[in-house]
Amino acid sequence: MTDSPTNPQAQTQEDVPSRKLMVTLAGAGAMAGLMIVFVYGWTQPTIQAYKARMLAAAVQEVLRMPASYDTLYVHDGRLVNQLPDGTSAAGVEAVYLGYDADGSPIGYAIAAGEPGFQDIIGIIFGYDHRDGKVLGMKVLESKETPGLGDKIEKDTAFVGQFEGALTPLLGIKARNATGDPHEIDMITGATISSRTIIRTINNAIERMGPMLEAYDEGTGP
Amino acid sequence: MRQTTPQADFLRGIWRENPVLIQMLGLCPALAVTNTVANSIAMGVATFFVLTGSSLLVSTFKRWVPHEVRISTYILIIATFVTIADMLLEAVVPTVHKALGAFVALIVVNCMILSRQEAFASKQPIGRSLLDAAGTGFGFIIALLMMGAVREILGNGTFLGFSLFGPNFEPWVIMILPPGGFLTLGLWLLVLSWVERRRAESARVADWPAGVAQRRVA
Repeated sequence: MTDSPTNPQAQTQEDVPSRKLMVTLAGAGAMAGLMIVFVYGWTQPTIQAYKARMLAAAVQEVLRMPASYDTLYVHDGRLVNQLPDGTSAAGVEAVYLGYDADGSPIGYAIAAGEPGFQDIIGIIFGYDHRDGKVLGMKVLESKETPGLGDKIEKDTAFVGQFEGALTPLLGIKARNATGDPHEIDMITGATISSRTIIRTINNAIERMGPMLEAYDEGTGP
Repeated sequence: MRQTTPQADFLRGIWRENPVLIQMLGLCPALAVTNTVANSIAMGVATFFVLTGSSLLVSTFKRWVPHEVRISTYILIIATFVTIADMLLEAVVPTVHKALGAFVALIVVNCMILSRQEAFASKQPIGRSLLDAAGTGFGFIIALLMMGAVREILGNGTFLGFSLFGPNFEPWVIMILPPGGFLTLGLWLLVLSWVERRRAESARVADWPAGVAQRRVA
């Protein structure tokens, strides 16, 4: 693809003014931008609707099929049932409080994300703050290496360990397992990705824990 | 230059200059996402779309693109179509989009696409460029399907998700893992080169004087 000296086109061509080069690239860039914006505007509603559906399904899964759940928004460092009038729910962090059939709370579904091996790994996990127990974990978004890092979502043994694990979670190699309920066996070949999930859950609980406690006290048991 | 017909422009990419099986281009997606037939089809169609779209634009604007910035312009055009393909896949078939993961974005650096722009679309009229791109795109889909079918049938015992052999089949897991990709590609190339050699052999025999051919065959 390089210009070889024998390329007749390159030899006979005069110097093109750099203005022309800039205009060409700027024009191509503007056209590219326009096309992308058009398709973005056209596909985004569908993509968002699908994501909302997936999120609802994920909440169901990590809270082990609650009878119903409430969306709580993080506002001013507190959890609130309803955002003050005039604020939009878009982009506001939210947690989901699940209830069983009798209407008593099961636990919270918390979505969080941290950088993994390739990109942010987004997860959602169910958490019962009364006994510090994780109820379940699901990877929502990841671009981890196919065949290695993507085991964090495909390896059911790894995902299954999170059910009932006590926080703070502790990532270990399988051969060092002692049966401690804080332990999570990390996947060989996906160490960074597994560690990211454990870190994400621990950090999210550290950040959200006080808010969850405060919300419980506010509403009463 | 040799005279070509529209059929020749179209058919060349499908078989005689198949991007994967003959030119050995675009091997990264051919190895990486062909573990199921569904993924192969989605990847093939996305690449087909990017290739024809880029060829159309490159061929349309070839007179106004200065030689010095042609590669940057081609990459810009290709990247635009890849972004569009990525968003369309996410909107239309989200599960497939998730399975393909990072590989959709990597179509940008698929050298098969850039080579068609540089070698063909930037020098030829729009119609021929489109035929050439469509032929190459189909060739790519066919190659991915050949890989995907073998890998899914042996590695999972299914074709497009339908079980083929019943519950007693023990899947060859290695075929859907990365080594299976190399294995399958290698075996296909072996078969194709054997067929090609057989054909060349018989063509040579036909060219010989009658007496020699008879002695040689006997």
